[in-house]
Amino acid sequence: MEVPYTVKPRPDTGLYNAKIGVWLFLASEVMLFGALFSSYILLRMGASSWYVGSEALNVPIGTFNTMVLIVSSVTVVMAWASLRMDDLKKYKMYMGITILLGLVFLVVKILFEYLPKIDHGHVPSEHNFYAIYFVLTGLHALHVIGGLVLNAYLWGPGTKMWETEPEQFTNRIEIAGLYWHFVDIVWIFLFPTIYLL
Amino acid sequence: MSLKAFHLAFISLSVVLTFGFGIWTLTEGSGLYTFYGLFSFISSLALIIYVVKFLKKFRDVSYL
Repeated sequence: MEVPYTVKPRPDTGLYNAKIGVWLFLASEVMLFGALFSSYILLRMGASSWYVGSEALNVPIGTFNTMVLIVSSVTVVMAWASLRMDDLKKYKMYMGITILLGLVFLVVKILFEYLPKIDHGHVPSEHNFYAIYFVLTGLHALHVIGGLVLNAYLWGPGTKMWETEPEQFTNRIEIAGLYWHFVDIVWIFLFPTIYLL
Repeated sequence: MSLKAFHLAFISLSVVLTFGFGIWTLTEGSGLYTFYGLFSFISSLALIIYVVKFLKKFRDVSYL
């Protein structure tokens, strides 16, 4: 049985099914992160004392990771564009760079942020600031890991689909790119909120 | 919304962030932060140039 609208848009929505699906999923993600950002605001407004993010956290490391994610959003778009131009070799290169940048983000986060903080006793139980910092950035890091697993699959075994269903495969990369961009956008809001204010 | 449109929105937000970060570093005032600020303003400019080139390259791709 053939699954309909994997390539052609549905007449009623004007979009192929996976795109509707991923936007519904991202809408639920907005609610999840939105609730946590609201919690951050409420905790901060209600606290008698609060840490200044730029004094408590490592701004240069946060800035570096911000640049890493911005560049990775460019490379994932280039990967998608390469497939649209029938260039699988370039796709592999750009998607490979995207995966590497995601790994760099995680390694820097763990080695230069989480571990030194834990060593210095800055754990969630110390203050609500560190609690919300670890929850927000930790949940974001889990999303990065999820994106890495997806991208690694599409870079490796998932590429087989290109030989049989090139258009559907290109659409899959677009969906993966939309998810990756969402993860990056969360960081774009998270960085100034937690690190600078 | 296609990846093209989402990418445009993301880069626009990134421009706002890098520019805002540059302004923030100026208020901090120390030597190292001035370097970060300069780097941030250059990044902001580079992203604007990139987005213009991106729009030209992806002219035929739908926003949906």
